[in-house]
Amino acid sequence: MVRRPPLFAAWSELSRERRKEAISGYLFISPWLIGFIVFFVGPIIASFILSFTQWNIVGAPTWVGLENYTDILTSDVRFQKAVQVTLTYAIFYLPLEVLCGIGLALLMNQKLRGIGVFRTLYYMPYVVPAVAASLVWVWMLNGRYGVVNTVLNGIGLQGPNWLENPATILPSLIMIALWGVGGSSIIYLAGLQNIPEVMYEAATVDGANRVQRFFRITLPLLSPTIFFQLVLGLIGVFQTFTPAFIASGANGGPLQSGLFYMLYVYNRGFVTLRMGYASALAWILTAFILIVTVLVLRSSRYWVYYETDRGTNK
Amino acid sequence: MRLTPKQVETIEKVLGYATLIAVAVVLVLPLYWMLATALKTPEQTFALPPEWIPNPMAWENFTQVFEEVPFGRFILNTVILVALNIIGELFAVTLVAYGFARLRFPGRSLLFLLMLSTLMIPYHVTLVPRFILFSRLGWVNTYLPLFVPAFTGSSFLIFMVRQYMMSIPFDLDEAAYIDGASRLQVFWHVILPLSRPALMLVVVFTFVGVWNDFLQPLIYLNDPNLFTISLGLSFFQDVRDTNWNLLMAGSLMASIPPLLLFFFAQRQLIGGISIEGLKG
Repeated sequence: MVRRPPLFAAWSELSRERRKEAISGYLFISPWLIGFIVFFVGPIIASFILSFTQWNIVGAPTWVGLENYTDILTSDVRFQKAVQVTLTYAIFYLPLEVLCGIGLALLMNQKLRGIGVFRTLYYMPYVVPAVAASLVWVWMLNGRYGVVNTVLNGIGLQGPNWLENPATILPSLIMIALWGVGGSSIIYLAGLQNIPEVMYEAATVDGANRVQRFFRITLPLLSPTIFFQLVLGLIGVFQTFTPAFIASGANGGPLQSGLFYMLYVYNRGFVTLRMGYASALAWILTAFILIVTVLVLRSSRYWVYYETDRGTNK
Repeated sequence: MRLTPKQVETIEKVLGYATLIAVAVVLVLPLYWMLATALKTPEQTFALPPEWIPNPMAWENFTQVFEEVPFGRFILNTVILVALNIIGELFAVTLVAYGFARLRFPGRSLLFLLMLSTLMIPYHVTLVPRFILFSRLGWVNTYLPLFVPAFTGSSFLIFMVRQYMMSIPFDLDEAAYIDGASRLQVFWHVILPLSRPALMLVVVFTFVGVWNDFLQPLIYLNDPNLFTISLGLSFFQDVRDTNWNLLMAGSLMASIPPLLLFFFAQRQLIGGISIEGLKG
C-alpha cells in the first residue's frame, strides 16, 4: 500500500461540499499566508544564510562560514558589553516588574469608590509613546536642572548625574521602564478578578488572616498570570531599544553602559551596514531567548498552579 | 482600647486612599512635568530651583514648535501612516480571522499553530533581512515598508479577533446559509457586525502601535519630510542644543492622541487585554 501524506489523504476523503469550503478557507486566510511567507519565513531563512556571510548590502555577499559566530563569541568586546548590560538589566528589572505589577494591581483591585479614576491614572504612562516617555525622563534626570535631583535635594540627598554616569544609566532605564508598569498591572488585575470571592470567604471563616490569604490563595491562583507575564517580559527585555536609544544614545552612552543588545544589532546592521554580522548577532540572541524561554516553561510545573490540571498529565 | 469593626473599616479606607493617591502622584508626576516644562520660557526652564508652576505661562511654545521644526508635517505623516495601517489590518485581520474561526480546511490547526508561533519569535530576527528585501524593492525612504505588511494582518490581532468570532453561535451562519447566503455574505452581514467590539480593539491597538513606533521609521526613513512624530521628536532632540521647553511641548502633543484614544476606549481595551491575559 502506498502511504500518502496526511494532507492529501484528508483532501481526497472530503466531500464536494467540504472541498469548496476548504478552498474558501484558504482564500480567506491567504492575506496572512502570503505575509507569513514573504515577511516571515523568507526573511528568517535569508537571515540564517546571511549570518554565514560578510555583506555590506552593495555587491555580492561573501561566504565566510562560521567566522561571524566565532568572531562574536570569542573576540567581540562590544558584544560582551552588550550581553553584560542586557543581562544585568534583565536580572534587576524582571523581578521588579513582577513585584510592582502585582503591587499596583492589588491597589487597583480595592473595592473603593472612584477606583476607576486610579486605574486610568496608573495605566496612562503605558500609553505614552516610548520616545516622549524617554524624553521626559531624560529631562527629569538631568543632573543639574532635573526635577528628580531637586526632590532628592529637598530631602537632603545629593542626586547623581543619572544618564552621564556609567553606574546610574541602568538604574535610570529601569526607572523609566517601571513607569509603564501599569500595562502589566492591568493583566494582573484581570487575573485577580478571576479569583472566586468564595475562596476568600471560606478562608476567612477558617480564620486565615490577610497575609495568609495572599500567600495561600492569591499568589497560587495568580501564578499562571505571573508566568505568562514573565515569558512576555523576558522576550521584551531582550528587545529593549527605544528608551536606550533616546536616553543613552545610539552608542550606549558613557563607557557604553547603556549598550543594549538591540542597540548593538542596530549599530552593526544599520549604521555600519554589516548585514551578515548583524544577522549572526540576531540569531545568537534568538537562540538565547529560546533556551531561556524553554527553561522557564520547564520550571513552570514546579511553581505554576493550574487548577484544571490537577492529577492529570500536563 | 479596642476598635469597633466600623472604626477598623474607616481606617482601612483612609489607608487605602492614601496609598492610591501617593502612587498616583508618583506616576502622574512625569506627565505633569512634561506639561509644566512645555509652558516655560527658556529662562524658566533652566531656573534653579525649578519652578513647579510656571509663571507666566508660555503658551506660545505650542505654536513655536511648528516654526522650529516641521511638526505639522510630522503629525500629518503619522496620521497618514496610522490610517493606512488601520485599513490594512481591518481588511486582513477580519478575513483571516473569519477563515480560521468559521471554515474547515485541511491543515487549519497546523497553520493556526504556525501563526501563534510567530508571536513567540522575536521580531529582531527578521529586522535585517526585511530591510534588505525592502531596499532591493527600492522601498527605503518610502512609506511602503511601514504599511504594506499591515495588509497581511498582524498575528496577534488575528488571534484576538478569531477568539472573539469563535464565541458567536454557529446557528447564525447555518440560518443564513439556509436562506441562500454565500460565505462572503455571511462574513459581511452576520459575522462582521457582531464582531464590532473586537474590531474596535484592532483599531485602537493599531493606532497606538503605529503612532508610538520608533524603530521602523528610524530604519526606513531618512528624509526629514517623511518623518513620523516619534522620529521627529528624537531628531529634534539632536538638532537643537535641546530646547527642553519646546521638546516637552512636542512630546505632550505626541502623547495626547494615544492618551485620548485610550481614555475613550478603555472599557473595550481592558476587556480585550484580559482575553489576551487569560490565554497564558
